[in-house]
Amino acid sequence: MMLIECPHCGPRDENEFRYGGQAGVSYRPEDTSDEEWAGYVFLRDNPKGWFHERWFHVHGCRTWFSVERHTLTHEIRKAP
Amino acid sequence: MTHPDFLWRNPEPRPAYDVVIVGGGGHGLATAYYLARNHGITNVAVLEKGWLAGGNMARNTTVIRSNYLWDESAAIYEHSLKLWEGLSDELDYDLQFSQRGVLNLAHNLGDVREGRRRVNANRLNGVDAEWLDADEVKKFCPVINVSERARYPVMGATLQRRGGIAKHDHVAWALARKADAYGVDLIQGCEVTGFEITDGRAVAVRTSKGRIAAGKIALASAGHTSVLAAEAGIRLPLQSHPLQALVSELLEPVLDCVVMSNAVHVYVSQAHKGELVMGAGIDPYNSYGQRGAFHVIEAQMAAALELFPIFSRVRVLRTWAGIVDVSPDASPIVGRTPVEGLYINAGWGTGGFKATPGSGWVYAHTIAHGEPHPLAEPFALDRFTTGALIDEHGAAAVAH
Repeated sequence: MMLIECPHCGPRDENEFRYGGQAGVSYRPEDTSDEEWAGYVFLRDNPKGWFHERWFHVHGCRTWFSVERHTLTHEIRKAP
Repeated sequence: MTHPDFLWRNPEPRPAYDVVIVGGGGHGLATAYYLARNHGITNVAVLEKGWLAGGNMARNTTVIRSNYLWDESAAIYEHSLKLWEGLSDELDYDLQFSQRGVLNLAHNLGDVREGRRRVNANRLNGVDAEWLDADEVKKFCPVINVSERARYPVMGATLQRRGGIAKHDHVAWALARKADAYGVDLIQGCEVTGFEITDGRAVAVRTSKGRIAAGKIALASAGHTSVLAAEAGIRLPLQSHPLQALVSELLEPVLDCVVMSNAVHVYVSQAHKGELVMGAGIDPYNSYGQRGAFHVIEAQMAAALELFPIFSRVRVLRTWAGIVDVSPDASPIVGRTPVEGLYINAGWGTGGFKATPGSGWVYAHTIAHGEPHPLAEPFALDRFTTGALIDEHGAAAVAH
């Protein structure tokens, strides 16, 4: 079980959180091509290494926040 | 007859091959076998960064079935199941393929409606399927708790009698032995680190054992497909997650079918040797770590004990995880890529083992002809742009 640091509640167990996937995916305007729209809907980075991602403290303060986590070691560092 | 010391040679790579398959798991080995058997293409190398079939092929829960909802899925998985039915004889190796029946339990009215719909869809597609009510479930699998007071009451189940399990190691060894006999080079400890792409065409792989030229390059790398594709400049709609499984200590025969429950995310069978084999849902976050969190196992065991109170004092022997590549519609991606000569077979997610022969069959055809096999065509990468998704999330099963 990972220990995830919530910016409001401090370090808490992983099972208090819900995963939100890649961080920094911004909404696209409507005048996009099919390829751009497919990319927005379906394509996310899937690196082996550091990953900038969202977590939701669903069973705590219900804050959404971002961290950087290493997808091989599961080490977590605060997102810059 | 004495057992041979070696089932395959352990060659060093040659400088060039007609086809290089990246990944020596079940799908890679099946692809190599069918390239040779069906298409006469034997100048083939299978490159494996670890040891043969040491990734997900060694980590899955060996469930085999074809009772998927949508036509495209039913067609490819049923093709695979038909191949399983002849594979032990064909490969001259006892795969311990046991068609003991697969139950998919329904715990609420939504499950019941979905299950009955899937039975009808399966029958229309020529896939054997039956609906059992709770009493019939109890008769078919007496150790399930069908009490109305159960936390997860059993309101019925779908049954595919032709479904079952096989011995995963034997499948890998049998395919490897036959591929090797055809002259395919199975090269272990050879990690692909990049691709040489000239004028939009992949012409060679860079590996930990040097450059290897290839007429065609075929990815069969499951959870690591995204990492490899990125080396070729391709971004894929895949996310890699840990999928955990476990076995119990060895028991006398107690469970003679496969029991799956989508609603509570658990699936159970008893291996020939005697251990209960159980799998869960994926850990939710992206990972390449081949391990998951214990609370996922705990939740899975809690559900399993509600269904099977008789297992309450059974001890867990070991748990592990494999890295599965999950696509947005929970269906595989098979076919060509934007890079000419580079092919993809990925996204089988949590259910790739059952597809091993079928996947190898259609992928070998696709590589040999440069055109998708008819059964693979709907699973092309471009479906995420056209919108022609094959949405098996929840339709066939969350757990596979």
